[in-house]
Amino acid sequence: MFKQFFAVSLMSLQTLPQRIGASSVIVVGIAGVVAVLVSVLALGAGFRHTLADSGRADRVIILRGGSDAELNSNLTRTDVDTIDSAAGLAKDAAGKALLSTELVTVVNIPKIDTGTDANVTLRGVGLKLSEVRPELKIVSGRMFRPAVRELIAGVGAARQFRGLNVGSVLHLRNADWTVTGTFTSNGDVHESELLADVDTVGSSIERTGYSSAVALLTDPGEFTAFKDALTTDPRLKVDVQREPEYYAAQSKQLTKVINIVGNTVAVIMAIGAMFGALNSMFSAVAARGMEIATLRAIGFGAWPVLLSVVLEALVLSLLGGLIGASLAWVFFNGHSVSTLGGAFAQVVFQLTVTRQLIVTGIIWACVIGLFGGLFPAVRAARLPVAEALRIA
Amino acid sequence: MKYLPLIWATLWRKKTRTIFTLLSIVIAFLLFGVLETVDYAFSHPSGGVSGADKLITINKYSITLALPFSDTQQIRSVPGVAEVTWITWFGGYYQEPKNFVFALPIDTDTYFNLHKDEFIVSDAEMQAFRNTRTGALVNVALMKTFGWKVGDKVPLHSTIWTQKSNGSLEWSFDIVGTFDAKDPTQASQQASSLLFHYEMFEEGRSFGKGSVGWFEDRVSDPSQSLEVAQRIDALFANSSNETKTQPAKDFTMAFIKQLGDIGFILRAILGAVFFTLLFLTGNTMMQSVRERIPELAVLKTLGFSDGKVLLLVIAESLLLCVTAAVIGLALSYGALPIIKRGLQGVELLPSALLPGFAVAVILALIVGAPPALRAMRLNIVDALADKH
Repeated sequence: MFKQFFAVSLMSLQTLPQRIGASSVIVVGIAGVVAVLVSVLALGAGFRHTLADSGRADRVIILRGGSDAELNSNLTRTDVDTIDSAAGLAKDAAGKALLSTELVTVVNIPKIDTGTDANVTLRGVGLKLSEVRPELKIVSGRMFRPAVRELIAGVGAARQFRGLNVGSVLHLRNADWTVTGTFTSNGDVHESELLADVDTVGSSIERTGYSSAVALLTDPGEFTAFKDALTTDPRLKVDVQREPEYYAAQSKQLTKVINIVGNTVAVIMAIGAMFGALNSMFSAVAARGMEIATLRAIGFGAWPVLLSVVLEALVLSLLGGLIGASLAWVFFNGHSVSTLGGAFAQVVFQLTVTRQLIVTGIIWACVIGLFGGLFPAVRAARLPVAEALRIA
Repeated sequence: MKYLPLIWATLWRKKTRTIFTLLSIVIAFLLFGVLETVDYAFSHPSGGVSGADKLITINKYSITLALPFSDTQQIRSVPGVAEVTWITWFGGYYQEPKNFVFALPIDTDTYFNLHKDEFIVSDAEMQAFRNTRTGALVNVALMKTFGWKVGDKVPLHSTIWTQKSNGSLEWSFDIVGTFDAKDPTQASQQASSLLFHYEMFEEGRSFGKGSVGWFEDRVSDPSQSLEVAQRIDALFANSSNETKTQPAKDFTMAFIKQLGDIGFILRAILGAVFFTLLFLTGNTMMQSVRERIPELAVLKTLGFSDGKVLLLVIAESLLLCVTAAVIGLALSYGALPIIKRGLQGVELLPSALLPGFAVAVILALIVGAPPALRAMRLNIVDALADKH
C-alpha cells in the first residue's frame, strides 16, 4: 500500500507543472490568507512585545490608589517621603533609595506621516533616573540637565513625531524646550516618550505633586513585603504594582481587539480560499481521470489514490503558506507604527513577525489545503473505472 | 435580454465549479462590505458634538491640561459665538474598570442650550434633574446595561477626582431621569453617557478648582466657524494657557487618526482579498471557455458575430460576479448589527456598501476580458477541428 501511495504521489507531483494554472489558484489563494493573517497578528505581537518588554520584575511602580494609570494619579511630596523610607528598596552608596519620582503629562505633537496632532507622553523623571532605569542609553546628543528646559526623546518617538531631532526646539506652554538627545530603552514603551527633569516639568504645567514613583527593590522576592508595608500604612493610599504587570495590563485590550479582527478576517478569507482549492483539486482530478482509472485498472487501491490527491493539495497549500508568511515578513517585519495605548498616549511599536506566527500561518494553510483536497480525493477514489476509461 | 437563458445555461454547465466560484466571490464581497462600512465609519465620524456649528476649545499643548474657568466670559464675548459650555473629564467606571461610564459634569443651562435638539428628555425628568443636586441623567442604553432604574442611587468610581470631604474616589449619584438621542445615528455614540451637575462636581472635588477640561462652543453662523475659532484662540495667544479651537468633527477625526492608519490596514486587506479573487475567478472563466471551444465554434457557425460571442462571455462573467456581489453585500448588511456591538460608538451606514456594485462590475470585466477575447478570435474551422 505504501509503495502504491509513493508511486501515485510521485506521479501526480511530477505532472503538477502541466496543471500549473489550476494549481496556482491554490497557492495564490492560500498565500493571500496567510499573508493577511500573519500581518495583522504581527501588529498585535509587536504591540504586546513593546509593552511586555517594559519594566523589570524587581522594579515597582507606585500610584495613588484607584487611579489605574499614571496620567490620572497624584502623589504628594509627603507621600513620596513615606515611600522613600519603606523597607525593601535598593540603596545607592550614600544610602539613598533608588527611587525616581515621575510626573506624566501628554503633549500635542504632530505625527510625521499624517501631520495630525498626537498625544505624546512627556515624563518628568527624578535625579536617580540612570540608576533606577539602567537600560536607558543615550544614542545621540547628551542627557538633559535639571532646572533648564531640556528634554531627551525616545528613538521611537523621534521616528514617528515631528521635530524631535537633537537640537530642535519644542514650544510647550509659553516656553521653549530643547531636545538635547535621543535614547533607547531596550525597545520598551519609554522609547515612545520624552523625558525631562521632573521639577522642571512640574513648574511648567503648574503641578506640585507627582504622578508616580518608580523604585528598584533589593530583590524581586521583596515585592510582597514592600507592597504590604505601603498599602497598610495609614498615611498612604496607594497601589503598588510590579512594572511588568502594570504594562501588561495596558496591552491587554488592544491585543485582544487585534487578535479578534485578524482571526475573523482570516477565517472568512480562508473559507473563500477553500472554495478555490476545491475547484482546483476537482479540476485536477478531472484532468487526471484517465490516468487514475488506468492505475485503478492495473490494480492500484482506492486509498493510495485518495491520499495522493490530499498530498498534492497539502504540498500546494504548504507552498502557498510559505509564500504568504514570507510576504508578510518581507513587507511588514520591523515596520514602525504607533497607536493610542492604554494610557491615553501614543505607543510606538514595530510589527513583529515571530516564528510562532509563521508556524500559525502554515498550520492554517495546511488545514485549508486538507479540506480543499479531501472531497476531490474522495471523488477520485470512487471514480468508476470502466466508465472513466470509456469517456476517453 | 433574449440571450439570458443561454448565458444562464452556460454558467451552470459545470454546477460544482460555478457554485464554488460563486461562493468565493460571495465571501470576498462579504468582507468588502464589512471592512468598507467600518472604514467609512472611521473616516466620517458622526455623533457627539457633531454638527457644523460646534467648536471644541482645548489646551493647545495637551488635552490633559486644564483651562481656567474664567475663559468662559471671554469666549462668550467673541463675535459669532452663540453659546459656550464647559466640561471636565471625570474618568468614571461602575464597580470595575471594564464597566466604563462616560460620565460628564455639565452646566445644565448652557449644556442643553448648546446641544438643543440632540437629546430626548421629558420635561418632568429635566425638572427633577434641575432640582436634585446629586441628580444624574442617564442614557437609556446605559440604564439597560447595568439594570439601573430611575430612583436608584449609584456609586461611580473616578480614576482622577478625589472628594474634598473624605479624599475618596467614590462618588454617588441619584438617577432622576433618562435621555435618548434624538437622532438615531447618534444613539451608539451616547450609549454609555451619564450627565451630572458641574456645580456639585466643582464643590466636591479636592483639587483643580476653578479649572475646566475643555469648552464646547456653538457659533451662530456655521459658515463662519473657522474664523470664530481663530478669534477665540487669538484671545489667549501668549497667555500661559493658549487654546486650540477646532470644529468638533475635526477634533473627533484627529482623535481617530491617533489610533493609527485604520484605512490603510483595511484597504491592504481588501487588496489582498481581491487580488486572490481575481486570480481564482479569472482561472475559472478561462477554464470554462477552454472547455466550450467547440460549442462557441458552433455558435459562430450559426451566424453569431465575433462581437456577439465576446459579449456573451463578458455577460456570463458579469452575471456571476454581480449575483455573488449582491449575495455577499446582503450578508454583510445582515452582519452590521454584530459589528456594531463590537465597535461601540461607531455608526455604520448601509450606503457605504454601494461602491461594492461598481467593484463587482470592474471585477467581472477584468476576469471576463481575456477569455472573451479568446472566444472572439476563435477560428471556426480550427475550433471545430479541435486545433485551437
